[in-house]
Amino acid sequence: MRDLAKEILEVLEENARATPGEIATLLGRSEEEVAAEIKRLEGSGVIRKYMTMINWEKINDGYVYAIVELKVSLSRDKGYDAIAERISRFSEVQSVRLISGDHDISFTVRGRSMKDVAFFVTDKISTLEGVESTCTHFVLKSYKEHGVILYDRASPKRLVVTA
Amino acid sequence: MTRGEIGLSGKKLAMERPSLWRPESHLSATVRDMPPSGIRKFFDIVVGMEGVISLGVGEPDFPTPWHIREACIYSLEGGHTSYTSNKGLPELREILAEAKKEDLKLEYDPEEEILITTGVSEAVDLAFRATLNPGDEVIVPQPCYVAYVPDIRLAGGVPRPVATRLSEEFKLRPEDFEGAISEKTKALVLSYPNNPTGAIMTREDLEEIADLVVENDLLVISDEVYEKLTYDGKHASFAQLEGMRERTVLLNGMSKSCAMTGWRIGYALGDPAIIGAMTKVHQYTMLCAPTMAQVAAVEALRRGDAEVKAMKREYDRRRRLFVSELKRLGLPCFEPKGAFYAFPSIEGTGLSSEEFAEELLKEQKVAAVPGNAFGDSGEGFIRCSYATSREEILEAVDRIERFLADLGT
Repeated sequence: MRDLAKEILEVLEENARATPGEIATLLGRSEEEVAAEIKRLEGSGVIRKYMTMINWEKINDGYVYAIVELKVSLSRDKGYDAIAERISRFSEVQSVRLISGDHDISFTVRGRSMKDVAFFVTDKISTLEGVESTCTHFVLKSYKEHGVILYDRASPKRLVVTA
Repeated sequence: MTRGEIGLSGKKLAMERPSLWRPESHLSATVRDMPPSGIRKFFDIVVGMEGVISLGVGEPDFPTPWHIREACIYSLEGGHTSYTSNKGLPELREILAEAKKEDLKLEYDPEEEILITTGVSEAVDLAFRATLNPGDEVIVPQPCYVAYVPDIRLAGGVPRPVATRLSEEFKLRPEDFEGAISEKTKALVLSYPNNPTGAIMTREDLEEIADLVVENDLLVISDEVYEKLTYDGKHASFAQLEGMRERTVLLNGMSKSCAMTGWRIGYALGDPAIIGAMTKVHQYTMLCAPTMAQVAAVEALRRGDAEVKAMKREYDRRRRLFVSELKRLGLPCFEPKGAFYAFPSIEGTGLSSEEFAEELLKEQKVAAVPGNAFGDSGEGFIRCSYATSREEILEAVDRIERFLADLGT
């Protein structure tokens, strides 16, 4: 038997609206057992939030997105975490990651316009202590987010009855 | 006489030849007398209907994982479009040998004991044709996949159906098996995990019939295409039993576990004498399995494990969902342990399997397959495939509930 927690998370990752009762049926467990485990996962911070996967482009939300890469110089009392955590506090910033390669930190940012985003980066990020350089890439189109393909596809048809 | 009349009379002459041509009289008696598959009959009713939810499909609803499709495209781009060896790509046979060693602890020589076929269907046909003489009897536990009985007849053999029962979890029991054995019995077909019942046979269940197999010197043709979709414990193969490897032709394929039905890749594993005989028939009929599909199968076996497991987990969830919903509706259903079918009893409705399936389709647009399509002992049941999305399963259950309410049962 696989770990109950993992099984529950797999179902919830796919559908945040799945109720403990529904999950219990799918996993062949009791509702109480599943509800208790979900509570534990919420309490311990494994489950952070229940979200909806939205294709904003479909309703022309008017937002502009950019991926920003940073080079950072470290000092004895300021490591990556300190800078990354600081960047994370801005509500404009949607995700922050420490990465390998040419840059050190990559984050995504959402703004009302390109200018809006550009000024956010120059005003708030470039000026942070330890930030050596920034490289901003504006997002032109999203094809896949959170494992979900966003473009429309015709799905092939199966025969209705087969052996 | 004008030229035109000459032309006309020339045509007339041809038409006046006595016409004795009746194509029916040129059919093989075996084929003429063969009933069309019950599934086919039902398919004809469904065609053209809109808004049907299908529980009638015997294949995964997932497309083949992309990396497998991509490997095939890449090989096509590279121009790998010629025949392979009759036995199949050496690489595929080698990788299969490794996989079986790991999964079943069984060793097969890729040169002599493995044959790649065009789907398991071909392997089933080859196994009968390579082993049966006219009049040889083959025991077929039913309900079962629709092809065994006609394939046995095509090979000149005589099928001996044995009914398995709901009360015995649709397993082949020694007493039923023994009752069907005669002096002419040559082989036994095993197909577990089973289509349409979802039954499995554990190692202990198989042990119980092994003595009869040896005493009566039988060959076992074991179709294990649903091997990877075993939800209760680990799959057991008859070939794993002490001394049974040589007596067993193990058939399996890529279709169900890797969502590769349309690729048509199956395989047969067994004693060199039998695999060699099957290869002879294969070489004169099929030549080799499709090359590009064999390349895809290599990729699937090499890197497809995570997807196979993920798909199995999802089927398992749907199985639990569907079975619990059927219970809620009050349809008695054996809890399937493998494959992706539930086989609820509809006897309580007073309808026959065909009536139930036809009415359900007409009234509520849910397609399921009448159980008698899988043998007489399937009467009183319908086969519902849960290889469809959870949303569709729940919608189908709602419709079945309405259908049952309208029946007043």
